[in-house]
Amino acid sequence: MAIVVDKSHRWRVVLAHLFLICLVLVVIFPFLMILSISLRPGNFAAGSLIPEQISFEHWKLALGISYTAPDGRLVKPDFPVLLWLWNSVKVAGLTAIVTLFLSTTAAYAFARMQFRGKQASLAGLMLMQMFPSVLALVAIYAIFDRIGNVFPTFGIDSHWSLLLAYSGGIALHVWTIKGYFDTIPVEIEEAAKVDGATPWQAFRLVLLPMAVPILMVVFLLAFIGAIIEYPVASILLHEEAKLTLAVGSKLFLYEQKYLWGDFAAAAILSGLPITVVFILAQKWMISGLTAGGIKG
Amino acid sequence: MSLSRWSAPVLLTAVLLVALYVVVMVHAAGETLLAGTILVITALAAWIYSSSKAYAYRYLFPGIGAALIFVVFPMIYTMGIGFTNHSSKNLLKFPRATQYLIDETYQVEGGTLQFTLHADGAEFRARFEDPDTEAAYVSGPLALKNTAPLELTVEPAEQVKIALGEPLQLRELIARQAALKALTFTLPDGHKIRMTGLRQFGAVAPLYEPRGDGTLLNKQTGDVLTANFKTGFYENQAGQQIQPGFQVGIGLDNYRRIFTDSAFREPFIRIFVWTVMFSALTVFFAAALGMLLAVLFNWDALKFKGVYRIMLFLPYAVPGFISILVFKGLFNNNFGEINLILNALFGIKPAWFSDPTLAKIMLLIVNVWLGYPYMMVVCMGLIKAIPSDLYEASAVAGAGPLTNFFRITLPLILKPLTPLLISAFAFNFNNFVLIALLTGGRPDFLDTSVPAGTTDLLVSYTYRIAFQDSGQQFGLAAAISTVIFAMVAVISLVQMRFTKIAREETR
Repeated sequence: MAIVVDKSHRWRVVLAHLFLICLVLVVIFPFLMILSISLRPGNFAAGSLIPEQISFEHWKLALGISYTAPDGRLVKPDFPVLLWLWNSVKVAGLTAIVTLFLSTTAAYAFARMQFRGKQASLAGLMLMQMFPSVLALVAIYAIFDRIGNVFPTFGIDSHWSLLLAYSGGIALHVWTIKGYFDTIPVEIEEAAKVDGATPWQAFRLVLLPMAVPILMVVFLLAFIGAIIEYPVASILLHEEAKLTLAVGSKLFLYEQKYLWGDFAAAAILSGLPITVVFILAQKWMISGLTAGGIKG
Repeated sequence: MSLSRWSAPVLLTAVLLVALYVVVMVHAAGETLLAGTILVITALAAWIYSSSKAYAYRYLFPGIGAALIFVVFPMIYTMGIGFTNHSSKNLLKFPRATQYLIDETYQVEGGTLQFTLHADGAEFRARFEDPDTEAAYVSGPLALKNTAPLELTVEPAEQVKIALGEPLQLRELIARQAALKALTFTLPDGHKIRMTGLRQFGAVAPLYEPRGDGTLLNKQTGDVLTANFKTGFYENQAGQQIQPGFQVGIGLDNYRRIFTDSAFREPFIRIFVWTVMFSALTVFFAAALGMLLAVLFNWDALKFKGVYRIMLFLPYAVPGFISILVFKGLFNNNFGEINLILNALFGIKPAWFSDPTLAKIMLLIVNVWLGYPYMMVVCMGLIKAIPSDLYEASAVAGAGPLTNFFRITLPLILKPLTPLLISAFAFNFNNFVLIALLTGGRPDFLDTSVPAGTTDLLVSYTYRIAFQDSGQQFGLAAAISTVIFAMVAVISLVQMRFTKIAREETR
């Protein structure tokens, strides 16, 4: 490219760095702040970014441990953060497994079989993606309220009904997995079929082992999707012990009962693992998809 | 081999039998519609997994079935609810509402008995005494664990040969009030008594008597109640409505309220305008910032690009509900860190949560913060695909970076970017989580008769009507949801049109 570097060019580089540094500061300011707040004593303490006095009281509460305040009072955790995290992980883990099973089998049919209504169903799945479940909250509530009259296990305030409500969200995953299957040559499966394998065996023993990277990615995306889901969980779950993290975290910041420090510790405790999982999923998604491309 | 050949049909039969049993149970519980739905699904499954013609559908059935039942059906059902008066006042179906009224009782003249409750091992016994005749009665052991209605008998105290302990304190009675209220005792003379106060039971009789023509006779006042299937209430001769109401179809009334009743039309239009503005501005700012960063990261002279990129990608990786709540705390009017800094630097303390304009600005700041990394990643991919000889040619012609951007980069990436911008618009049009967690729609309009917020989007407005402060008006909320469906459908059509154009361009 250009070899001659004039003065204005150098200025532009400096300006660009300045802009980026300012932006990075704005972007990571909330994260540094929340870390600092989680280590400050008390829930209203103002102070510099680096706390003058480090206290682990909020972290103890987030981990469900009571602590003794300076005035000798025993402070008990206000909210069961670890229980909420466990609820979230439980629901999201089961959702991811169910979603993976449902979307993999459907994607196999779309990628390898001919049947009536194939193109229409694929387009329909794409269209479904445009209508978020938050628009159907009234019906979702009414449906599970009614089912709960007969089967309390699948009614309001049950993790099972949340799992069912999430299990329908497979549209995007079907497309992702189908796209990956399309890049794997069909000849390998046909060779297996010549050797006497049934379509199910060709799918289960030949195709699936080759698709592990994309299955991991879909699993993680479905897992994260369920962990961060708020609207449906907020109408189906009411009991404090049943809440997921996304619904429960909100309770920390009520105007009448403002637990800023406790929230900060809980947010880091629960947000950090989810963030790491997400970044891993993103990384695998890119490497997984390119690996598939090379095979095709 | 023979085992695996037989295991599939045996398993299928077992599953079908269980499903049929469930159908019978559900039907017996009175949920005919639900039972019918399960029956149809079961029959479909039986056909798909036994017929060789439907082989491909064996793989599709579970996934597509789940999507149809839990995603598509709720949407259609929402549209259905939009035509009913379903709300907290009209919560029950007609037969249940009727049964509720028939179960109502009233206290008949005289016959008030003093009531005491005594512990008997882990259970309890109730003792009743007539203050006039001093006749006393004692019940059998009571568990008092659930609140389902129960009819019991009592015997004269002389015949029950056990010594009762001290009566329970008032506080303990209050704790068991719900269970006690469900009990009806029959005295030896055939009178029925129910709880009328914490310390007394009284003779009661059913308040309403069902008559052959579907009307109910109020035995206390002599009123005749007729079910009105237009309003969804039982009404007396004077037209007075009796609670509880029941669900009825009311046709287009909900839509009439949204579009013609000024109490609803006013906030609806304002909220609609803000929803469009919010989505458009978010997409514009997020795309502008993302594009700028993508262009910078494509600049060879810039160093440390990797570090910047990771840092600037972070807002996308952190779960949204956590970032939004972090901002809710940071923006807090009194103890939020943002106001502390602004106060120290400029001596101002903006009221982010109580001033409508500032609340809107705050929402845009937070949403752009959340949304630009996605735009940045997408634009970086698109810019990479631009052939570099275009820039070399423009460098030869002596063009500056601005000319490069507006004449080469922007025109080339705008076409493939447009469908993504439209889906980002659609996403933010329904960005319920941001509103619900950050402002909850507040501050509210002061001049509307229905609770509505200046920062409410249409979806969060719907949520408020259905689940928060307006008496659970499910029917009305569902009607508004249906209107949003229509809007999203229009956006989708536009989006598909642009996707097609973008695809044809690349060919």
